[in-house]
Amino acid sequence: MTDLASQTIEKPAATRETVIRVRDLFVAFGQSLVMRGLDLDVYRGEVLGFVGGSGQGKSVLMRTILGLVDKRSGLIELFGRDRDALTSAERRRVERRWGVLFQNGALFSSLTVRQNIQMPMRETGHISARLMDELAMLKLELVGLPASAADKFPAELSGGMIKRAALARALALDPELVFLDEPTSGLDPIGAAEFDELIATLQHTLGLTVFMVTHDLDSLYSICDRIAALAEGKVIAAGPMEEMLACEHPWLKAYFHGVRGSRLSGALDARKTNMRGRE
Amino acid sequence: MATDLDHTARLSSRREGETARFALGGEWVLADSAALEKDAAGMAAAARGAARAIVDLAQIVRLDTAGAWIIGRAMDELAHAGVSVSLEGARPEHVILLQETKFRPFEAPSRCRRLLVVDILADLGRSVVSAAQDAYSGVGFLGEFVVASGVSLMAAGRFRFTSLVYHMESFGFRSLPIIALINLLVGAIVAQQGIFQLRRFGAGAYAVDLIGILVLRELGVLLTSIMIAGRSGSAITAELGSMKMREEVDALRVMGLSPVEVLVTPRVLALVLSLPLLTFIADMSALFGGLLVCWVYEGISPAAYLSLLQAAIGRNTFIVGLIKAPFMALVIGMVAAMEGMATRGSAESLGRHVTASVVKAIFMVIVLDGFFAIFFAAIKY
Ligand SMILES: Nc1ncnc2c1ncn2[C@@H]1O[C@H](COP(=O)(O)OP(=O)(O)OP(=O)(O)O)[C@@H](O)[C@H]1O
Ligand SMILES: [Mg+2]
Repeated sequence: MTDLASQTIEKPAATRETVIRVRDLFVAFGQSLVMRGLDLDVYRGEVLGFVGGSGQGKSVLMRTILGLVDKRSGLIELFGRDRDALTSAERRRVERRWGVLFQNGALFSSLTVRQNIQMPMRETGHISARLMDELAMLKLELVGLPASAADKFPAELSGGMIKRAALARALALDPELVFLDEPTSGLDPIGAAEFDELIATLQHTLGLTVFMVTHDLDSLYSICDRIAALAEGKVIAAGPMEEMLACEHPWLKAYFHGVRGSRLSGALDARKTNMRGRE
Repeated sequence: MATDLDHTARLSSRREGETARFALGGEWVLADSAALEKDAAGMAAAARGAARAIVDLAQIVRLDTAGAWIIGRAMDELAHAGVSVSLEGARPEHVILLQETKFRPFEAPSRCRRLLVVDILADLGRSVVSAAQDAYSGVGFLGEFVVASGVSLMAAGRFRFTSLVYHMESFGFRSLPIIALINLLVGAIVAQQGIFQLRRFGAGAYAVDLIGILVLRELGVLLTSIMIAGRSGSAITAELGSMKMREEVDALRVMGLSPVEVLVTPRVLALVLSLPLLTFIADMSALFGGLLVCWVYEGISPAAYLSLLQAAIGRNTFIVGLIKAPFMALVIGMVAAMEGMATRGSAESLGRHVTASVVKAIFMVIVLDGFFAIFFAAIKY
């Protein structure tokens, strides 16, 4: 049992369990190939930041892994099982183990925020009404929404509030794996920082695995254990921040060493010493 | 490695004099929440009379927010019973989780219950008011539409000709097969019934009069309008409604464009132009359906059928039906566009407005037809 505990906290590189394994993936819409032989691994307990230019196919990859977009060929393994080999009952069980935050929130427009969060709980069938209410309010508070938002409909929320409510719904069942599509876009910097902190806390306390599509350099620097970059339908580089910064690919160089990037990487060293000081 | 036993959640309590000791173990996760809640609810009772309670989390294999919440809630209950509670053996990450999910009372959602009678009366009142508002805003919308179409017809170049043609194709041309088919069938049915009823008086041939007058004056235009209200009215409401939902209408407005001019005018004009054409086709197919049945059942040859028809109807019979068509189209278009524009943010609201659009449009079409009947009777046309 002690080794189980240490397993969730530290991740020795050689024995890391792969939660998502994608090999040689091809995805196309009509004639246009979006994924051209993409390989990707996501390990248990890590936060993987996924970057790439607009329209490069980050959302499409996420949707393909989730089974919302059909792949042309290739292998997708979830929790060590080939997705094509799963029976529909097994697939449903896998789907219970993940939570998804879509780029536009995808809240159910005819349900209130509270009902949206309780929707996945209701489907599992045996959670008492009191606990569901309490958990929904707790999740709301965790994602930084006021209690007054609980009984509002999605159309009555601001863009950032929709993001938060959608995250609360994604976390409703305490999934092992969460997919986040640009979670911090549309949040104010304070909100975004709180959001990063929440993800870090959840990862630390629940051993959460996070697949996060993001353009937020702050998130990349502060909470991502590894970063994967997508270009031309492939993962052109994957690794910790330091490796990405050292990478010679022109797009990556522009991404991390452009005006915004270099401002942050300068700040990174300062923050690291700062953090060490705090601990 | 943990054995199977370690995964099932469990709770054991022990008394050591003034101290109650609770040992929690296994997986405290949402999936077992029902059992966990029951276990945790017993903690306060088990600790009755004790001064201190120790919650030992050393054996916990997995803890999620739901489990932590339940533990926190039980600890809060203990604290309320005057027992001082402390944690023991918790892993650092569990301590953080317990802090994050520390129990706090959330006020229960307010579910106000009212008298059924009051509800019914309130609903009734509300629908009367909303019907009046509908009529009021309908007139306003009609005015807006007239202005917008006037503007776009006057100012050459502002008229959205492509859009008009596109909508005429989708509302008019693509409805042709179904309109022709149902009218053919209805014409045939009217003929058959007419023949069977009139035969008893030996007046089977008068079925042609019946078909001619009924179809041309009423049935052709009415059936076509109802069909178009269901087919195109609903489409207009759904299109405009979902554009409203996704702020596309607002986007138009802030560009300085009038949504009525850009979205409503082409659609309603397309309906106004298409419906008379469709009505003509409807009339012809119904008459043709009548012809077939008369031929088969009554042995009236096509040539005889046509001459009987000529004797039975005048030009006015035909015009009366056709003249109603553009007005029907206007009503359908107005109702559909208004309902679309009234859609609010949710998918449910869109569904409600599409239904309302079809129901109201059909109702209005029939009411309008009644007024026309009275009018034409009064002017003896
Ligand atoms: N349903 C679809 N049909 C056709 N093409 C599509 C579809 N969905 C996405 N695409 C195309 O696939 C490509 C990748 O889109 P995707 O939404 O994954 O981009 P992205 O990397 O998530 O961009 P962003 O950072 O702006 O969200 C785009 O070129 C897009 O046009
Ligand atoms: Mg995207």
